[in-house]
Amino acid sequence: MIVETMVFYLFSAIMIASAVMVISTRNPVHSVLFLILTFFNAAALFMLTGAEFLAMILVVVYVGAVAVLFLFVVMMLDINFVELRQGFMQYLPAGALIGAILLIELAFFSVGHWVSAPDADAQRALAMPAAGQVSNTLALGRVLYTDYAYLFQLAGLILLVAMIGAIVLTLRQRAGVKKQSIADQVSRSRGEAIEIKDVPTGSGV
Amino acid sequence: MPEAIGLSHYLVVAAILFTLGIFGIFLNRKNVIVILMSIELMLLAVNINLVAFSTHLGDLVGQVFAMFILTVAAAEAAIGLAILVVYFRNRRSIAVEDINMMKG
Repeated sequence: MIVETMVFYLFSAIMIASAVMVISTRNPVHSVLFLILTFFNAAALFMLTGAEFLAMILVVVYVGAVAVLFLFVVMMLDINFVELRQGFMQYLPAGALIGAILLIELAFFSVGHWVSAPDADAQRALAMPAAGQVSNTLALGRVLYTDYAYLFQLAGLILLVAMIGAIVLTLRQRAGVKKQSIADQVSRSRGEAIEIKDVPTGSGV
Repeated sequence: MPEAIGLSHYLVVAAILFTLGIFGIFLNRKNVIVILMSIELMLLAVNINLVAFSTHLGDLVGQVFAMFILTVAAAEAAIGLAILVVYFRNRRSIAVEDINMMKG
């Protein structure tokens, strides 16, 4: 148990420290890299609570896709980040004030002993299987494809819309770019492709 | 002997992470990329809350919904960054203050 406590404090300390670095570094590339570190530590925390499948999904989806997408965009756009840093200190007091108020309010509810209502167990929508009975992934899969099948399909639809939207937004037809048109190439006839000229001897074309 | 890690530990960590996300939006008012990253931090904090309650109550639904939040977060990041790329092509900058073209 003492190991679990130490591991929890280690991972959450690294996660919060790297989250601070995400919002405070000068270089956005470093920001993205710290975001990746944050996600890794959050995955470790998920693992600690027993949500193994979500931990793996977090690493695959966030680190493997979202963070790399951020990295691509940050490196691809030629942005003057020094200019964007102006006014950094100007918003610090207001942000700190609102952040402090929010943190105090959230901590007010978070800290303390949480007691479940006596009939809470009976009201569970989906009781978690006992440890060692089935794995977390199997238990999630069993409900995701049955009870939550419609929501699952809806999630897929959201991703499809996002994918098509991103493609439509960023696609552009530029004028003056020579592109290969395979249909034109294949449908060319012999008559328009070559021309036979009778060259007189000694005079050139 | 420290007390065992329970629900409130995770809630406090998630609260700190959420506050950092809000704080990041205030701090980087001009940089849309860091604002998007702050939103990701806030969604991660919400996910930690859901998973912590799921474990505490012994109810698997929390994890199912955390997965849906993950889906929406991925879609949101993709669309947000696509809009950012289009905006950069038009204006050669990503400063938030410049996003008032539709004011007329």
